Amino acid sequence: MAVCIAVIAKENYPLYIRSVPTQGELKFHYTVHTSLDVVEEKISGVGKALADQRELYLGLLYPTEDYKVYGYVTNSKVKFVIVVDSSNASLRDNEIRSMFRKLHNSFTDVMCNPFYNPGDPIQSKSVFFCAHTLSIFYVTIH
Amino acid sequence: MESLTLSDVEQKYYSELFLSCDVDNTKKVASNGKVLDLFRAAQLSNEVVLQITELCGATRLGHFGRSQFYIALKLIALAQSGMPLRVETLNSVRDLPLPRFVMGKNEQEPRHAVMFADAENQGHYFPRPPLRVQAKKVSAHEMIQPCVPTADPQPDTTSPVVSPHQSPPTSPHAWRKHKRQASGGNVDRQPSVPGVVWPSFREAQPGPVTGDGMWSAHSPPPVQETWVSFTDTPPSSTLPMHPPSAQPESTTVRTGMSAMITNEIQRQTSGYDDPWKITDEQRQYYINQFKTIQPDLTGLIPGSAAKEFFTKSKLPILELSHIWELSDFDKDGALTLDEFCAAFHLVVARKNGYDLPEKLPESLMPKLIDLDDSAGVPEPATEVSFSASPVEVTPNKSPSMPSLNQNWPELNQNNEQWETFSERSSSSQTLTQFDSNIAPADPDTAIVHPVPIRMTPSKIHMQEMELKRTGSDHTHPTSPLMANPPELSDETKLAASIKFPGTSVGDGYSSSDSFTSDQEPISSAVNRQRSHSGTSPEGLKVVAPPPPPPRPHASHSRSSSLDMNRNFAAVPAGSQQPGVVAFPPAVPPRPLPTQTSVPHGHRSVEGDGLPAHTSTSPHQMPEQPNFADFSQFQAFAVDQPEDDEENPSDSGQAERCPEAAGTMRTTKNDVQAEERNATTVNSAKVSTPLAPPPKPVRRRLKSEDELRPDVEDLPQKSNVIATVLATQPSIPRSIGKDKKAIQASIRRNKETNTVLARLNSELQQQLKDLLEERISLEVQLEQLRPFSHL
Repeated sequence: MAVCIAVIAKENYPLYIRSVPTQGELKFHYTVHTSLDVVEEKISGVGKALADQRELYLGLLYPTEDYKVYGYVTNSKVKFVIVVDSSNASLRDNEIRSMFRKLHNSFTDVMCNPFYNPGDPIQSKSVFFCAHTLSIFYVTIH
Repeated sequence: MESLTLSDVEQKYYSELFLSCDVDNTKKVASNGKVLDLFRAAQLSNEVVLQITELCGATRLGHFGRSQFYIALKLIALAQSGMPLRVETLNSVRDLPLPRFVMGKNEQEPRHAVMFADAENQGHYFPRPPLRVQAKKVSAHEMIQPCVPTADPQPDTTSPVVSPHQSPPTSPHAWRKHKRQASGGNVDRQPSVPGVVWPSFREAQPGPVTGDGMWSAHSPPPVQETWVSFTDTPPSSTLPMHPPSAQPESTTVRTGMSAMITNEIQRQTSGYDDPWKITDEQRQYYINQFKTIQPDLTGLIPGSAAKEFFTKSKLPILELSHIWELSDFDKDGALTLDEFCAAFHLVVARKNGYDLPEKLPESLMPKLIDLDDSAGVPEPATEVSFSASPVEVTPNKSPSMPSLNQNWPELNQNNEQWETFSERSSSSQTLTQFDSNIAPADPDTAIVHPVPIRMTPSKIHMQEMELKRTGSDHTHPTSPLMANPPELSDETKLAASIKFPGTSVGDGYSSSDSFTSDQEPISSAVNRQRSHSGTSPEGLKVVAPPPPPPRPHASHSRSSSLDMNRNFAAVPAGSQQPGVVAFPPAVPPRPLPTQTSVPHGHRSVEGDGLPAHTSTSPHQMPEQPNFADFSQFQAFAVDQPEDDEENPSDSGQAERCPEAAGTMRTTKNDVQAEERNATTVNSAKVSTPLAPPPKPVRRRLKSEDELRPDVEDLPQKSNVIATVLATQPSIPRSIGKDKKAIQASIRRNKETNTVLARLNSELQQQLKDLLEERISLEVQLEQLRPFSHL
């Protein structure tokens, strides 16, 4: 399943990064950072089309030899990035989409919290968000 | 002896005890009498007491000074913990429990002890006997009621100061059974404080606050003050000295809260192990607070207002955020009454030192369903009357706590009912959950029907047959065709007519699905579906993964009539829409062909004329039992080129097959058998009769445009068949007329054959059109599909 999940704010700074602790987190930070370029490219590519015409799910941003990076952008330019291990039986597109959907829902719940200032890093105390993201890590979504 | 180090708690405790003993308020000397009473209450032997008094130097002084008193207390603690009484050990002993005093008459000391004990020794202090508690309760009530404000002199505020500290930990502790009595101490402590109980978040100024005032609603500014006071009283661990200004409010708040809670606990004699349960008083208080923000109790508090309100509690934003996450059950960014109560309750608990749970406790969960059926109050009536009832009830509270208690349960129940009502109305999430729960049921029920496995091999077989037959890439359209005959033959006994319309809807899903929309048992339909899915990898089938197929099944199974209607509508419409199979009239014929095909098979096995059959028939016959239609189709297809020769006979028998009437069927069979026996030509027809039957069966697979002609043709054919059959029986009887009859039958068969040939060509054309459509749709789909493979 996913080895790294990242939520990046509109200004391209991370709100939340969590990776499977077995591997070095720094590597995933770097990967997510580089994937931002691809995300920017994709969302700017749409150009004239407004956000509502642009699909939120960006698909595979780029693959490396070890893993694949998928992207998702919300209408408020908040980006979700999921890094998936390539060794997994290649996940179907729908599964990735559902992972993003779950992530988006959890993120929306966090946003609904009036005590959360948009732009603040999502604390690990936001238990539900963390729980849901962890479930993306460890649960195969069907 | 003078060098005595006391912890803060001990300091406070001891000073409290000293003050209690120091009735004369001399601040220095404690009377021996009181002290001795106290010491005796420590349940130590007199010898020990004497020893202690000696050690602390009281005997030397003749009285207990403060230091002596403290030393004595510490020695008592030592003695109670079983340690030898040594002066040297006084300072060396760490974590010495506070001395315990089981008091008899003296109310103050136990109270103090209780308070202190609760602060520090959550398990150490043994509560006083219940009797004491009762007395305390009464006294507490009495004290609460008049709310006599005792203007404590500033020095004495040390004790009031203490009590608020104690009360926060006490109140949660009071929730536990064994702490009930301890809380009584707090209750007693209350009178010494400007008696404003916690529910009355009103101005904490000393003043006669009546019981009415306690329970009535309060204005926001006092709320702020009390919230401010909360900051001055951090939860349990430390016992700082409050600035005097904050003391009254804090004490009032604290003691009020604790008093309320303890009162509630005392009233509720049953052991509520659930520390998260909201008491009735608390709930009423929450509701009042809710009203200050949102007058409509069924309405929502927006997130921003709730944020402001709870920020006043001065809890860290992180914790408030956590509380919000726990309490906003439907995640809508607003708080209903239930959610607000839960949030408020969590804030209170947190202020008292309870850690926030990871998950919302059940007792705090907004009641989505009206559980309080015991209240027996109709909800609308409750709701209507409730707004008035609290106001009415609160003024009545003053007379007695018991009455208050009696009223609260009702109100609480009403509240809960009301809250549940409001919760229900406001929690869209629950509705959606219900809906989502309902939805999956249908596919499940539909999935139950299919018996798919059986079809798979046949499907593959059919595909192969089809490939051989057509040699084209369109495996998919025809494979269902292949699938259908076997299915049909297997399932003919089922209510094919019903299934047929049902399946048609599903077939509407795709062009190829339309083929399968023929009258078919649901199982066969499912099998069809599976054949579709199976071929999708192979063929160009663009059918989505499993979910879509079951849906058509569901509709099939459910609304066969609907499908029938659609079929009927499609027939006159004559549109080229795939999937709508409009052959209700063809339904009857369909079983017949299959059934007849079976008898055909049987007959073929039995009949003598079988060997004389054409080459196609033998290998078709064995297939008939399982793949009657399929083989018929095959035979039909194979025989197409040959049909020109055998058309008359073939068409004759073919037309016989689709005969709707079962009786006709049997007669046909007989006739056909006789015919077969009579003529070898007719034997060839046996194979061909199989072909027309597949047509109705194959209708599932074909588009409706093909089927429509079938529908139209079938009646015609059936008419022809009827006529043919009518004539046929006469044939064998009159031998003399055999030749003529045969010729006549030949003529008729030729006619039917031409009709069937025409029909066949039309169907073939329709098939080609549909295939083209399918290809175009697939191309479009490919274009529209996002770059998933990237």
